[in-house]
Amino acid sequence: MLLEARNLVKRFPVRHALTRRQAGHITAVDGVSLDVGPGETLGLVGESGCGKSTVAKLLTRLERPTSGSIHFAGRDLAGLDETALRPVRRDLQMVFQDPFSSLNPRHTVRQILAGPYRYQGLEPDQPAEELLARVGLRPEHADRHPHEFSGGQAQRIGIARALALNPKLVVCDEPVSALDVSVQAQILNLLRDLQEQYGLSYLFIAHDLGAVRHISTRIAVMYLGSIVETADRDALFAHPAHPYTRALLSAVPLPDPDLEASRERIVLHGDLPSPLDPPGGCRFRTRCPKPDELCAAERPRLRTIAPGRQVACHYPERTP
Amino acid sequence: MSLLTVRDLNVEFRSGVRAVDGLDLDLDAGRVLGVVGESGSGKSVTSLAVLGLLRDARVSGEIRFAGRELTALDQRSLRRLRGDRIAMVFQDPLSCLNPYYSVAFQIAEAYRAHHRTGRRQAHRVAVHMLDRVGIPEPERRARCYPHEFSGGMRQRVMIAMALCLEPDLLIADEPTTALDVTVQAQILQLLRELRKESGTAIMLITHDMGVVAGLADHVVVMHQGRAVERGPVRDVFHRPQQPYTRGLLACVPRIDGPLPDRLPTLGATT
Repeated sequence: MLLEARNLVKRFPVRHALTRRQAGHITAVDGVSLDVGPGETLGLVGESGCGKSTVAKLLTRLERPTSGSIHFAGRDLAGLDETALRPVRRDLQMVFQDPFSSLNPRHTVRQILAGPYRYQGLEPDQPAEELLARVGLRPEHADRHPHEFSGGQAQRIGIARALALNPKLVVCDEPVSALDVSVQAQILNLLRDLQEQYGLSYLFIAHDLGAVRHISTRIAVMYLGSIVETADRDALFAHPAHPYTRALLSAVPLPDPDLEASRERIVLHGDLPSPLDPPGGCRFRTRCPKPDELCAAERPRLRTIAPGRQVACHYPERTP
Repeated sequence: MSLLTVRDLNVEFRSGVRAVDGLDLDLDAGRVLGVVGESGSGKSVTSLAVLGLLRDARVSGEIRFAGRELTALDQRSLRRLRGDRIAMVFQDPLSCLNPYYSVAFQIAEAYRAHHRTGRRQAHRVAVHMLDRVGIPEPERRARCYPHEFSGGMRQRVMIAMALCLEPDLLIADEPTTALDVTVQAQILQLLRELRKESGTAIMLITHDMGVVAGLADHVVVMHQGRAVERGPVRDVFHRPQQPYTRGLLACVPRIDGPLPDRLPTLGATT
């Protein structure tokens, strides 16, 4: 494995609005373990507030985990300080959701693309023009500023910057969700091409199940801070085992009026519970169609039910 | 019967940008018309033009609603029409709700703007509407403020507010875009039910072909201010005639069906 995260936990303090005294904590990530192999794309899906972006920040060590380990390139990143992390970052890069807020508006594209080298104390070994060509932009774009680009072009610049140091793993946090559908398709194609060309691994984080299916080899589904199911891409979409995965898939509108009219819908009741006060036992039981006493009493652990498939449910759907 | 007829609608902003360019629309009473397109296609501007909410733009063409020509009406008559006969739900419910007032107050306010009733009666209407849009414990929830509600609940409040006057036409501009997919499914289910119960016609504006497929009877595909294709949903989705429509349908990665190696893209690069 290229990256192995084990039992990652991240708690944030919650402060009283007026006194600023700590009033408790919120567990954004609650015991997440995941692996990314070389050349593989792990898709991480879930709805807002499920902790998927916090996982991205922990794995890239933009945040320090409260506990747990992150093994990457033979080291545990969990406890490293910024100096020790610097060489690791050559191999571990990130692409962000909002291409404009992740590019410095005062810098030219050339300066932006030199950023990773500057941080590493290196001379740029790839001229900006070369990096731009990799992501389908033209050499003359190098001397422009971010505001002169469309959203899709700006995201290409963000990708070019992530590639500058020839990383092994790129963590993409909602890289296409701010873009129009036709531009999303272009960026997804680009990410696939780059993966083939440079043998990259991706952790692809998104709420859009279609995009995740298109790009991932394996998929992990998160709910309220924990992974509830992991499976190979095709197995997950063909036979979701966790009731949340089932509901999530059935909630995605299909661009086909006949299928929409005839499909079975599992409409979950209520909203995501507050992570400040998560339900005891199984965290999904408040919205689950079939909870019982065991679900209230005991929190299901992520266990392997078939080769390559893990589910955190007392009563998973049977899979072939 | 045609409820809304738009003919040769043109909207030009002061900057010289032509947002809508010769658009025709037809929506029958009780039906759902999906208006789809990417950002900048003019779909939201069209809805604002129908409501007479574009003050800084040159609007020309016919907008005929229930036999009346809206472009000929003055602001007062338009205001009487808005909310009462034509209601609107926007994408971001939080920015449409006043944080200082309880949700029931805001629904009652919309009701009282068109009906001469007392506060109590209007409050009862508000509670009834909250119940209808599926808010649990409507009596208690009525006194809550927008910040106490989740995104999905806020959108339910907006729908309650829009439907409390039993309008003939509901314009829903990206009503589920800001919501998570399981909450989106709840709101779409609600719109399907309300439509069956109330017979309100819906003009559904969205970029999501899936949302249109699940709710609309007819669809208009917009691109650069023009309608590039229109027809019953089945025809447009199963036999799209225009390359743009085909591209729009094909470029979105689906959760079912075969997986293409590369997604087709729509012409020009980014």
